[in-house]
Amino acid sequence: MAVLTEEQTMLRDAAKGWTTDSAPVGALRKLRDSKSGQSFDPTAWAEMGQMGWAGVVVAEEHNGSAFGYLGLGLVLEETGRNLVASPLLSTALIAASALGLAGTDAQKTAWLDKIALGEAVATLAVDEGSHHAPARTALAAVKAGAGFKLNGSKTFVIDGDAADLLIVVARTSGKPGDTDGLTLFLVPGDTAGVTRTHLALADSRGAAQITFTDVSIGSDAVLGEVDKGWTVLEPTLDRAYAGLAAEMLGTASAAFDITLDYLKTRTQFGQVIGTFQALQHRAAKLFTDLETTRSCVEAALEALDAGGDSRALASLAKAKASEVLHLASNEMVQMHGGIGMTDAHDSGLYMKRARVAEALFGGAAFHRDRYARLQGF
Amino acid sequence: MADFGGTELDAFRADTRAWLEANYPPSLHAPMGEDDAPWGGRKMVWKNPDAKLWLDRMAERGWTAPMWPTEYGGGGLSKAQNKVLEQELRRIKARPALMSFGVWMLGPVLLEYATEEQKKQFIPGIVRGETRWCQGYSEPGAGSDLAALQTKCEDKGDHYLINGQKVWTSYADQADWIFCLVRTDTSKKHEGISFVLFDMTTPGVDPRPIKLISGSSPFCETFFDNVKVPKDQLVGKLNGGWDIAKRLLQYERQNISASGFGGGGGLDLIDVAKKEVGVDEAGRIADGDLRARIAAHRMDAHAFALTVRRAEQESRTGKGPSAAVSIIKYAAAKMNQERYELMVEAMGLQGLGWEGEGFSKDELNVTRGMLRSKGNSIEGGTSEVNLNVVAKRVLGLLDHQ
Repeated sequence: MAVLTEEQTMLRDAAKGWTTDSAPVGALRKLRDSKSGQSFDPTAWAEMGQMGWAGVVVAEEHNGSAFGYLGLGLVLEETGRNLVASPLLSTALIAASALGLAGTDAQKTAWLDKIALGEAVATLAVDEGSHHAPARTALAAVKAGAGFKLNGSKTFVIDGDAADLLIVVARTSGKPGDTDGLTLFLVPGDTAGVTRTHLALADSRGAAQITFTDVSIGSDAVLGEVDKGWTVLEPTLDRAYAGLAAEMLGTASAAFDITLDYLKTRTQFGQVIGTFQALQHRAAKLFTDLETTRSCVEAALEALDAGGDSRALASLAKAKASEVLHLASNEMVQMHGGIGMTDAHDSGLYMKRARVAEALFGGAAFHRDRYARLQGF
Repeated sequence: MADFGGTELDAFRADTRAWLEANYPPSLHAPMGEDDAPWGGRKMVWKNPDAKLWLDRMAERGWTAPMWPTEYGGGGLSKAQNKVLEQELRRIKARPALMSFGVWMLGPVLLEYATEEQKKQFIPGIVRGETRWCQGYSEPGAGSDLAALQTKCEDKGDHYLINGQKVWTSYADQADWIFCLVRTDTSKKHEGISFVLFDMTTPGVDPRPIKLISGSSPFCETFFDNVKVPKDQLVGKLNGGWDIAKRLLQYERQNISASGFGGGGGLDLIDVAKKEVGVDEAGRIADGDLRARIAAHRMDAHAFALTVRRAEQESRTGKGPSAAVSIIKYAAAKMNQERYELMVEAMGLQGLGWEGEGFSKDELNVTRGMLRSKGNSIEGGTSEVNLNVVAKRVLGLLDHQ
């Protein structure tokens, strides 16, 4: 665990206390069983907003606390431990980052102030296929009068159903695959021509497929500069990678802790199974991976707070978190034996969330490739 | 606001920098070869006399053991000053003045467990690099299960008499003295072990080098045949050696891990892969599978380096060693072995030369380095033993009943 300030420690402890008492894993199970089609519980999100968690990376003049990325990472890690379904990642981290990085005063006043208070849900609509590929954006934004007209579709947009604001990555020039020619637009979720379809994913949080049919928006909807969207998108995505990695580290740590408890209590052949060396060594190796992943996640968040180039560290964090969560969720099921395969046990919820989180914003393979390219090989 | 001694530290840095500039021999700016390693001791042949000069100058300030007390020849530096010294040495890319098991392993336990007379007798020689030490721990039947050791030490009234055999005694044939674990009570296991020091020229001591799969080796088998040891060379209590032994192993693992097991024959894995395998039109390593595995390895190595850094930061806050420390030896061995395997694979047969023409010195070093690295997960506690330690001490899993 990084060396924390007193404020950071208080924030983490508050997050730990609230998730344990008010949003344990059972809350996700309840959300799933309600079949409401919601990706999170609005009441719980309102409570998180009241505690100030939506404004952790937002500047003070826009209702935030400016505690930084390590601060928000601590909260994300705690929510990850209990599989808390909330727009913390989409809204408080990703959308708030994009607006903070490139928003005009008017855009920040219109959206960031509300986001920081938990009064607006916002998300980034970037991917158009089954794999994270931000440069492959094809959704077209064509100049129309003083503004633009959007046509195309986005998919697997997290919290896309509920979002009051969509930050849409569109192509204003070039061809799919180019990083030049992209533009980010702020599109209110209820704009005419925007159609949203809920996608029920295995993790019970879901995502949205969103089509844009002749969606008209003004030029004041441009976030950053026309054709230069990559300069905003890439640092925004680095924050997404590192933040999601923090959440996944929490999920993997909890999966490990639950499994370790089971190893200490379950008996077979007249022995507590945790005395078997075959299982002890697997537990110790998984612990090693968790510790090295923690170093990467914390280093990425600290680098974001320090400014400068955090691209390699963000990809390192997301890749390592994907690997360790994959392993931890598999080991959780395997070491619990038959009970781990039942729906009544939480193992399945951890595994389903693990797979979705691994694929969101690029899996380990995507980030290994990006890391290698950044290092020039 | 606490006073962290900022100004004093700045002055120390300025003095240190000036002293290093005046005293670091220019001839040592060339890379250090394996035969240049400054191990010191009576048998040391100094290929470059400047390396000896560098040792003497550093030892005079106590900077070969910067944080040890000055009364035994140490530098008496604070943690903060020591860090400055390390930074300044790194800045000029200084070679180590002294490589020493005495500094890394024995000295710290002598400071903790030895009598005043013993400290005065042994520590200054370690600091000055005059006495080269070796470690008499492992035996043929006592490797990972070290406490199973059998080397017998009998009380003969005015002296001890030692009989038995040690193995994997690094540089025993080069060492002047040995710190040795011996059995002084056969009725108990851990509580029957003592920690003694003796001169390797004592009659009856016979070190014989062991050749490894890499073709050479720093290791020896060491035989003891009626070796007479003065009784004041016992450190700590009779039968109380096991605690000292464990403490010393902690220092050993820390040092092994901190060094990260060195390089990869001094070559960069990515440069080698690009050269031997070629690159595609985007400048990437042409073999996609190898590229992906190299990337995964580089990320693991990066994660490992960040973990070492985090463990240092956390221990500096005064809370003692963090959980991250316990995994470092295990992870370091894995990293180094992976790097060598990937290096050999990237080089193809060019990385499998044994000797003679057709191979560069670096390439030959890679072959032997890969073979040597197999020992990383065995020496200083096997990976399995380290995993046991993590499982039991950190995770609280119990022994099999």
